[in-house]
Amino acid sequence: MARRPITFMLAALSAAAVVTYPASPGAQQAPAADPPVETQQVAYGRALAVIGDCEGCHDRPGGPPLAGGLPLNTPFGVIYSANITPDRETGIGTWTADDFWNALHRGVRANGSKLYPAFPYPYFTHVTREESDALYAYFRTVAPVSYRPPANKLPFPFNIRFLVTFWNMLNFKEDTAPTTGPTRGEHIVRGLGHCGACHTPKTLLGGDKTGHELEGGKLDNWFAPALTGDVRAGLGAWPAAAIAEYLKTGRNAHANASGPMGDVVAHSTSQMSGADVAAIATYLKSQTARLEPTPPATLDPKVMASGQAIYVDQCAACHAVDGKAAPTYFPPLPGAAVTQSRDPTTVIRFILSGTQTVATDARPTPLSMPSFAWKLDDAQVAAVATYVRNSWGNSAPAVSPGDVARLRRKVAAKPVQKPSARI
Amino acid sequence: MATRLPAVDAVLIGFGWTGAIMAQELTEAGLNVLALERGEWRDTPTDFAPTFAQDELRYYWRHELFQRLNHDTLTIRNKASETALPMRRLGSFLLGSGVGGAGVHWNGQVWRFLPSDLKARSHNLERYGKKAVPDDMTIQDYGVSYEDLEPYYDKFEYLCGVSGKAGNLKGVIQAGGDPFEGPRAREYPNPPLDMPYAPTLFGQAAAGLGRHPFPHPAANMSRPYTNPLGVQLGACTYCGFCEKYACGNYSKASAQTTILPVLMRKKNFTLKTNSEVVKINLSADGKTATGVTYIDDKGQEFEQPAELVVLSAYILHNVRLLLLSGIGKPYDPATGEGVVGRNYAYQITSSVNVFFDDKILNPFVGAGALGTIVNDFNGDNFDHSGLGFIGGGYVGLLQTGARPIETHNTPDGVPKWGAAWKAALARDYLKTTTISTHGAVMSHRGNYLDLDPTYKDALGRPLLRMTFDFTDNEHKMSDYLTDRAAEIGRAMGGREIKVNYRKGSWDVVPYQTTHNTGGAIMGDDPRTSFTNRYLQSWDVPNLFVLGATAFPQNAGYNPTGTVAALAYHAADAIKTRYLKAPHQSLVQA
Repeated sequence: MARRPITFMLAALSAAAVVTYPASPGAQQAPAADPPVETQQVAYGRALAVIGDCEGCHDRPGGPPLAGGLPLNTPFGVIYSANITPDRETGIGTWTADDFWNALHRGVRANGSKLYPAFPYPYFTHVTREESDALYAYFRTVAPVSYRPPANKLPFPFNIRFLVTFWNMLNFKEDTAPTTGPTRGEHIVRGLGHCGACHTPKTLLGGDKTGHELEGGKLDNWFAPALTGDVRAGLGAWPAAAIAEYLKTGRNAHANASGPMGDVVAHSTSQMSGADVAAIATYLKSQTARLEPTPPATLDPKVMASGQAIYVDQCAACHAVDGKAAPTYFPPLPGAAVTQSRDPTTVIRFILSGTQTVATDARPTPLSMPSFAWKLDDAQVAAVATYVRNSWGNSAPAVSPGDVARLRRKVAAKPVQKPSARI
Repeated sequence: MATRLPAVDAVLIGFGWTGAIMAQELTEAGLNVLALERGEWRDTPTDFAPTFAQDELRYYWRHELFQRLNHDTLTIRNKASETALPMRRLGSFLLGSGVGGAGVHWNGQVWRFLPSDLKARSHNLERYGKKAVPDDMTIQDYGVSYEDLEPYYDKFEYLCGVSGKAGNLKGVIQAGGDPFEGPRAREYPNPPLDMPYAPTLFGQAAAGLGRHPFPHPAANMSRPYTNPLGVQLGACTYCGFCEKYACGNYSKASAQTTILPVLMRKKNFTLKTNSEVVKINLSADGKTATGVTYIDDKGQEFEQPAELVVLSAYILHNVRLLLLSGIGKPYDPATGEGVVGRNYAYQITSSVNVFFDDKILNPFVGAGALGTIVNDFNGDNFDHSGLGFIGGGYVGLLQTGARPIETHNTPDGVPKWGAAWKAALARDYLKTTTISTHGAVMSHRGNYLDLDPTYKDALGRPLLRMTFDFTDNEHKMSDYLTDRAAEIGRAMGGREIKVNYRKGSWDVVPYQTTHNTGGAIMGDDPRTSFTNRYLQSWDVPNLFVLGATAFPQNAGYNPTGTVAALAYHAADAIKTRYLKAPHQSLVQA
């Protein structure tokens, strides 16, 4: 039988008919023509781009790979990711390997202006020159795309790039002699993997809080849990193998990856080598427990009773009455860091917006939690969130209806599903 | 003017169970596969999340998941002397629409046919003589044996994570299972669901009468399950909203919960929704399908060339598209000649309500295939000598969830409305249960499908016309089954029972089963079948027709297991033999 590739031109011809699966990144990309044989350096660079999760920021939804244009919501305004394809007009086609190294290592563009630290050069400064050159070689092989991302939406004074100089003085320390050590895991986590970009708490200026590395951070209306050895709020209860399983498959006995971490798993960690995820797990397990134990919460028994009633009615079908759920299918709530973090943003957001477990090659099912935003009011969401944060041995501060209302205003724009009937 | 699109290796028409199975198999073989689905995209989190999936008014009474009859329906009559009329609302069967098809709103009842069901003609002639099969009863053998299909039944059961107990492992009868079933190679992938009170009472009563009760095999998960494709299903919560509803908890097998997570990630698979195929195109000599013509939701027409065409819509749509495309000779009931539309069959059901005074049965606890069954009177599991009919069915107590708008059984003598009715319902709701019978319908010369001469759909094409009625064989068989059900009902020890025989002509109004079969049947002879044993068209060898369309007559079991097994059987033949010699018939007639 003749074997002719389907081109995705079909999509354009027949309008909205071609279905992209929700958790199937890249499903609509045209099958690439047979790629030219890669040099060792390009293959190395491609693997490094996976570790750096470059596509996580530099692909916009539905856009061509690495052409940029994804809006990044920072506390200071919206920054659009750059086009890093080798297009000479709109991408980095005119950059030299030195230019690339300067951007990665020092946050300085080819024209000498400063990059905003939304580009995580405070981490990438630990990348070695050899790694930088490999990444550069790989990006030269990507299809050039002529696309200029929208202008950033930064209010005065953040729109003055020069001010980054002062930011750097306070928050950036160049690694003058980057190495691949001391361990592979540390090199990835603190360098190209830039885990702290989300998982380290930030100062008012958006820099990492010194001395609080990986203790959990808030960004873009999510709270990324701590990656420290703390049992309640961190990874203390996770064996190293469980961390590796989570990074590789998007789920384990403790948690399912979704939201921004789901994207990281899809684009980056699930595609890393087994040795690299094991190295990350080993490094994270070396983190001590160091967060102040949360004092036992003082709880309103009426709120807890209300929360329990809502929980049994709305949540127990998947998470079970005892909260233990079905690990790797639906995540258990007892002991969960997302549930017990000092900042309840993520647990409230899951209830309001719903969420979807990342689909990976190993675990392709995008098991989902529905949105309750249309069904539960602020006090009800607060009650059930407080209940799950303080049941089955969990302990964390109560959630107030005001916390829910504030987040609802920010994230309720796009419900996950259509609750209304067709008729 | 249709826009001509680049050719694909295989185009699938319709994307329910069989479409998803075939797409998964053909993409594994490396083909570029395009599926065209006339309905919408549907998935668990977006379209039937557990926050709103259990809505009886929306989904059952307002038919949200079912075919939109203002776009396309069918006309119905009981016999050829009547004028068929178009249906504005369906009741007896509920056609699906959209991705996953009727497999989204099924119960999850997964059965294998009996070995003798697959050779209904030769088996009955051999056991009961020529008189057992009257001239007008046009039953045939399938052309495949139970042994041929066993590996494919097994494959589907493991895909779906069926919860059950084997009754016959490699010929050795197993306690607690169905002793009448054909031998299976291995146990079900999951243990049976937890059995509620009423089906337990049924099982005890049936066993006391010498019957052989066992748990219904269910594609409702008794525990979390990861299928051989790596797709994960969650444990059933017994919420009671399977039949006529989609599952919000990933607990009922459907294309969405078993295949699509893997299939949709494949680069060599494309799904287009809102794309209705209006014709299968043929070469000038009529011996090759060149592709299909379809219309999208904006009314734009496209020509899609393909090397292989697979018709995988529901049986009624399969038959209609063959007739509209001029493929195969239409069946003529006057002469008995022609194959398209021939041997349409259905099933016949009845019930017995059992009312207790002293037992709280909690009937709202339910799952689609949750219950206890006896197969003592199915197929040819019992001696039909002197009974005046062939075939049979199962008798069982299925607790599918007593949804409140739908479920209001009251004893004989209670008014149909008013204060006395309300009082009886309030008294009996928690203490009432229902035994059902589910019987075969044989094929008969006067039951068939063709194109309606008068009524047309929204695109101006003739509607399908269904001419169907129960015959004496079905009524005798169903009455016999109902009497056996009543015996068990009485033995359950309630206050009273109410026996609901299926009387008179087939009526499209009350819900019975969405188990329509036939119309382009499989077989060994091109004069009496549309496809060979691999579901390959005799006339157009690069056209395969999947689904219950292939059943020469119906059996006493739910059809999905056999529909899926036949699809896998066909897919295997395509992969291992057809692709090596495309456009060739796999069977020499």
